[in-house]
Amino acid sequence: MPESLLYGTEVVLNGLMAGVLYALVALGFVLIYKASGIFNYAQGVMALFAAMTLYGIMVGQVPFAHLINAIFGTHIHNFGWEVPAIIAIVLTVVVMVLFAWLVQQYIFRHLVGQEPIILFMATIGLAYFLEGVADLMWGSEIKALDVGLPQGGSLWIEENTQWLGMGNENFYGFFLDQLDLIATVIAAVLVIALVAFSQYTKQGRAMRAVADDHQAALSVGINLNFIWVLVWSVAGFVALVAGIVWGSKSGVQFSLSLIALKALPVLMLGGFTSIPGAIVGGLIIGVGEKLFEFSIGPLVGGATENWFAYVLALLFLVFRPQGLFGDKIIERV
Amino acid sequence: MLDASEGYVTEDGRQIGGVVMEMKNITLRFGGVVAIKDISFDIREGEIRAIIGPNGAGKSSMLNVISGFYVPQEGEVFFHGKKRPQMRPYEVAQQGIARTFQNIALFEGMSVLDNVMTGRLNHMKTGLFSQALWKGKAEREETENREIVERVIDFLEIQHIRKTPVSRLPYGLKKRVELARALAAEPKLLLLDEPMAGMNVEEKEDMSRFILDVNDEFGTTIALIEHDMGVVMDLSDRVVVMDYGKKIGDGTPDEVRTNQDVIDAYLGVSHD
Ligand SMILES: Nc1ncnc2c1ncn2[C@@H]1O[C@H](COP(=O)(O)OP(=O)(O)OP(=O)(O)O)[C@@H](O)[C@H]1O
Ligand SMILES: [Mg+2]
Repeated sequence: MPESLLYGTEVVLNGLMAGVLYALVALGFVLIYKASGIFNYAQGVMALFAAMTLYGIMVGQVPFAHLINAIFGTHIHNFGWEVPAIIAIVLTVVVMVLFAWLVQQYIFRHLVGQEPIILFMATIGLAYFLEGVADLMWGSEIKALDVGLPQGGSLWIEENTQWLGMGNENFYGFFLDQLDLIATVIAAVLVIALVAFSQYTKQGRAMRAVADDHQAALSVGINLNFIWVLVWSVAGFVALVAGIVWGSKSGVQFSLSLIALKALPVLMLGGFTSIPGAIVGGLIIGVGEKLFEFSIGPLVGGATENWFAYVLALLFLVFRPQGLFGDKIIERV
Repeated sequence: MLDASEGYVTEDGRQIGGVVMEMKNITLRFGGVVAIKDISFDIREGEIRAIIGPNGAGKSSMLNVISGFYVPQEGEVFFHGKKRPQMRPYEVAQQGIARTFQNIALFEGMSVLDNVMTGRLNHMKTGLFSQALWKGKAEREETENREIVERVIDFLEIQHIRKTPVSRLPYGLKKRVELARALAAEPKLLLLDEPMAGMNVEEKEDMSRFILDVNDEFGTTIALIEHDMGVVMDLSDRVVVMDYGKKIGDGTPDEVRTNQDVIDAYLGVSHD
């Protein structure tokens, strides 16, 4: 194989892996948007909050330690124990379900039937509130999250793909990050599980029904409130997975909440209401931005990854506003 | 002809049972508008009960009160002799009361089959975890639900459009699919808000036949709203007549047809 093709392939593979993660974050948005018409600006902060909570539980941090110490003049920071990753993950899931319930019970329950822009504003409020709570609860320093996911390049893949170079001295085999590989597998499993859940379970069917028509859903005996808590819980779980992967990669810090911004172009491409759209959109953006950076980047001084996705999304907005698979927008006159 | 406690026998010889649903002194207001003014009536086991009246009389509002979509400011609802506490629509549905809507509320993104299948959601007992753990039980339940759904689809003669997305169907068929979804729930009480509105003569005849057959074959109690006097007279056993939120007549079709208040309301004597 010629060298450029080999490197191109490697770029595509890395792009696909990044794309799966984008898809995962975008899925969190799609789930809530479909079921309730809410564009959840807080999705990124939820990922941050989930990752911080997971870290806090693992290292035995006392939640709200600063607050407690300030009020009672104590000096507690740590319980002095460590919690295994798997148990900490389960506990974090519980926290995210509780969060989902609180959000539904105290915010969105009271906003049913409101204009989308009002719902959107409410999620902006929620995002900053949650960011504040996360800070207060776990502290704002950067945390190195390690749930035992492998890091660094995969030697196995490098060694086993070296032959593709056919004697080319400069080609050492594909360099793929192990964490990215694992993340891809996790995201893929999660996506399949979500699709299976929504197709084959009673709750999943009810979720689809609610997404389609509230009145009709009520008339067949679906408890909308319960479904919305469920949807927020699932979105919280998706946020946790995204938080774990991103947090393992570059530490748990406030910039983690910005991964939500990566999901925006994916949503514009895939449509806000389509699960397959989120997946394919994520892959297209992941591959597209890596390939663009690889081929055009050097000509324009690099850093194209910052804007490429948005330009692609803009083009889509102009020519196909409903996205790849989004519900067709039909103007009613 | 009417017997207060034990029901009655209809003209065509069907035995009607005791009271299933009783509305007592219902009053419903929207701001200044009084949609329902102190109305009482009952629905008996096995009968076809019609609610008629001019536009804006409060018929849909009454159906919405029964199905829990509207909460009346005053009055009481008795279901099977027990006073019903304030219930959300999904709770009412879980009690075995199914309904259709005047403006059709279907799951437009789903096929006909999937729409009708949602009518079974209430009957799916198996929870999320047991679905994963006891695959056999979940599968048996699924098969059972499918059988009932297929029976309803056959019954309403919509086999040919089973797989069609609902959004592509013409109006008349949508109404029929909505009825199918309600029937799939095997309701004790079926509420139909203008099931024949906007249909042509042939479609109306079909729908009338289906309603009679449902009542006849499954013994389903039905309350329906209809504008067309002729249709109402043919279909129903007893009729409530509403006008401007008030009940102005209640009785057999023959009784209400000769009621002077009803005649006035329909001829527009007292208003305009
Ligand atoms: N959700 C609502 N909010 C405010 N007013 C309402 C609402 N629903 C009904 N009304 C009012 O209550 C009155 C009765 O309306 P309703 O829909 O029950 O009449 P209807 O007999 O079903 O009429 P139609 O034959 O046109 O369907 C009307 O004045 C209507 O404007
Ligand atoms: Mg009406």
